[in-house]
Amino acid sequence: MIPVRQVEGRAFPLGRKNVDTDMIIAAEHLKTVSRHGLGRFAFQALRADPGNVFDDPAYAGAPILIAGDNFGCGSSREHAVWALADMGIKAVIAPGFSDIFSSNAFKNGLVTVVLGQAEVDRLLAWAAKHEIRIDLEIMTVLCHGEAFAFDLDPFRRECLMEGRDEIALTLLHVDAIEAYERRIGV
Amino acid sequence: MNGPRSLYRKIWDDHVVARAPDGTCLLYVDRHLVHEVTSPQAFEGLRLAGRKVRRPDLTLAVPDHNLPTTRRVDDHGTRLPIIDPASATQLAALEANVAEFGVPYIADTAEAQGIVHVVGPEQGFTLPGTTLVCGDSHTAAHGALGALAFGIGTSEVEHVLATQTLHLKPSKTLEVRVEGSLGFGVSAKDLILAIIGRIGAAGGTGHVIEYRGSTFADMSIEGRLTVANMSIEAGARSGLFAPDNKTFAYLKGRPMAPKGADWDRQVAYWRTLLTDDGALFDKSVRLDAQDIAPNVTWGTSPDDVVSIVDRVPDPEAIADPARREAARTALDYMGLAAGMAMQDVSVEHIFIGSCTNSRIEDLRAAASVVRGRKVDAGIKQALVVPGSGLVKRQAEEEGLDQVFIEAGFEWREPGCSMCLAMNPDKVPPRERCASTSNRNFAGRQGPGARTHLVSPAMAAAAAVTGRLTDVRELVQ
Repeated sequence: MIPVRQVEGRAFPLGRKNVDTDMIIAAEHLKTVSRHGLGRFAFQALRADPGNVFDDPAYAGAPILIAGDNFGCGSSREHAVWALADMGIKAVIAPGFSDIFSSNAFKNGLVTVVLGQAEVDRLLAWAAKHEIRIDLEIMTVLCHGEAFAFDLDPFRRECLMEGRDEIALTLLHVDAIEAYERRIGV
Repeated sequence: MNGPRSLYRKIWDDHVVARAPDGTCLLYVDRHLVHEVTSPQAFEGLRLAGRKVRRPDLTLAVPDHNLPTTRRVDDHGTRLPIIDPASATQLAALEANVAEFGVPYIADTAEAQGIVHVVGPEQGFTLPGTTLVCGDSHTAAHGALGALAFGIGTSEVEHVLATQTLHLKPSKTLEVRVEGSLGFGVSAKDLILAIIGRIGAAGGTGHVIEYRGSTFADMSIEGRLTVANMSIEAGARSGLFAPDNKTFAYLKGRPMAPKGADWDRQVAYWRTLLTDDGALFDKSVRLDAQDIAPNVTWGTSPDDVVSIVDRVPDPEAIADPARREAARTALDYMGLAAGMAMQDVSVEHIFIGSCTNSRIEDLRAAASVVRGRKVDAGIKQALVVPGSGLVKRQAEEEGLDQVFIEAGFEWREPGCSMCLAMNPDKVPPRERCASTSNRNFAGRQGPGARTHLVSPAMAAAAAVTGRLTDVRELVQ
C-alpha cells in the first residue's frame, strides 16, 4: 500500500448525512472482478442532479470529501471505497462513519477523519473557497487559518503512514495462530 | 478479566490469538462464508501474493446475489445460461476460485443453495459461540444462534482467507431489552423496525447489540434471525442472542452440526454463553412488546419508521435543520406528502424474500394472509423468493407454493432477488414496493425505486389490497 502522510487540496462539500454505500456505488456496478475503474460510477444517482458538487468545476479533482454523520452506512461493499479512490478521493471528513466502511477505507489507505458536526459545518462553508490540509503526523485538519485536531487509532495511523501490508504483518503471528488452533482443536 | 462478563466478551475472550498493548486483538475466525460479489478481488489478492487459503475446511462458498431467480436447469437437467454477462463472469470467477483454492462449495444448481445467511444456519455451519464472518453486512443475522457474526469488506475477506484471523478492537455493548408478548399480527420484523426507529440508523455504531428479555426468549429461531439480521440497520456490526434450548433443538441433526459425544460437549459449552449477572452494558434500550404495532418505513433510511396506523411525518415539524432537510429529500424521493395516512399509500410491487424474511415461517405467515385471496389488480409484480432450495422444498411440501401461485404471485428460485437490484429482479423508477427486505435506501431495489419495509404478513396484506394495509384488519 502507498504510504499516506498528508492529504491536501480542495474538498467536495457534500454535507449530506447517512450516505449509504448503495449511494456511493449502486449494486449494478458490483459485478466486477477488479478493484479498478469504478470511479465513473460513483454517486451516480446524485450526479443526475445538475447542481451536484461532483460535477462542479470548482471541485474537479478534489482529493477530499466532506460529508454528514454515518457516512458509508449499509452494505459492506468495499467497492464503495474503491470507487472513491478511483475518483481520486484520498480522505473523507465526517462526524461519524459506519464501522465496516471505516475498516474498508483503512485497508485501502483512504483516510477517514472524524470531526465534530460544528467543525464539519465550518469546513463545508470554507470548502467553496479554500483548500484543506489533513496532516496525519500531527493529526490535525488545517483550513482557512484554523486547525482542528482529530483522533486516529495508533495502529491504523502507523499502517497508513508506513503503507503496511496487513496480511504480511499478521503472518508474523503464524506461530500464535497455529498454537491457538492446537489449543482449541480446530 | 474475572469479573462478570457479557456474552459478547466471553466469545471474544475465547478467540484471542494475540493482544497488542493498545487493546487491538488478533481474533480467530471459526467460520467464513463466501459469495460471488465480495470475493473475486480477495482471491485475486491471494493469487498475486502467492498465498493459499489457510483453512478451506472452515470456509463455505455459495452464490446468491447475482443469480436470476428464474429456473436454472431445463427439463433435461441441463443448466440454463445466465443472460447478464457480468453476472455470469462473477459466478464463473467464484467457481474457478473455489476449485483452485479447494473451498467447499454449494453450486447454484444444488438444492442446498440459497442466500448465504439462510444457508449457514440451515446447514449447521453457524454454531453458538463461534466467530463467523462474511463479506456481507447482513452477516449479523447469524448472531441469532449465539455466534459473534459480522460483515467484512473484501480486504478483510482476503485477510481471513490467508490467515483465518482479523485485527479488531473490542466493540462497546448495547443491551436491547424487550419484555412481554407481541400482539396479534405483530412479528419479529415489526419489532426490529421499532428498535431501529428508536435507536436510529447510527445509534448502534461501534457497538454489538445483545437482545435480551422475555420477548426474545419466547421468539422462534427464525424470528431471532430476522431481528439479528437487521442489527446493522441500526449501525451495529453484530447482534447477539444467548443460545438456549431452542437454539440447540434448531441445530441438532443439521448436516454440518457436531454429532454424538462432540455434540454433547459443545452443548455443555454453549450453555455457559450467557451474560453474567452484574455485567455492565455501555448502553441500554428498553421497549415494551405490547406497544409495538405492525410497522412500515416511509423514507429512505431504515429508521424512518412509523406504525401502519400512523401518517407520513411532517418534515416541517422536525426541529433539527439537517434532519428536516433529510426528511424533505426522503419524501420527495418517495413521492409522499406529509400527513398522508400510510394505509392510503398504494403499491405496485410486492417482494417476499431476502436474508431477513425468506424462511419457512415467513412464507407460512404470508401464505396465511394470502390463502383464498387474490393479488390486487393494481399490483404489477408480486414475487415470493424462498431463501434456499430447502426452504422452497419445505414450502412446496406444505402446499404454500400453490397458495401463492393461485393468488397471482410468482414462485421463484432462491437468491437475493429484489432486495438489492443486482440480478434481473428490480423495481422500476418511481414505482413502489412493499418489501420484506432490509434496506429502503434510495435506489436499493433499482434506480428510482421506492421501498417500504414491512413484515411478510404485511407484504401479503399489501398484495391483496394493493396498498399498505394493517394486516390485523384482514386476518382475525
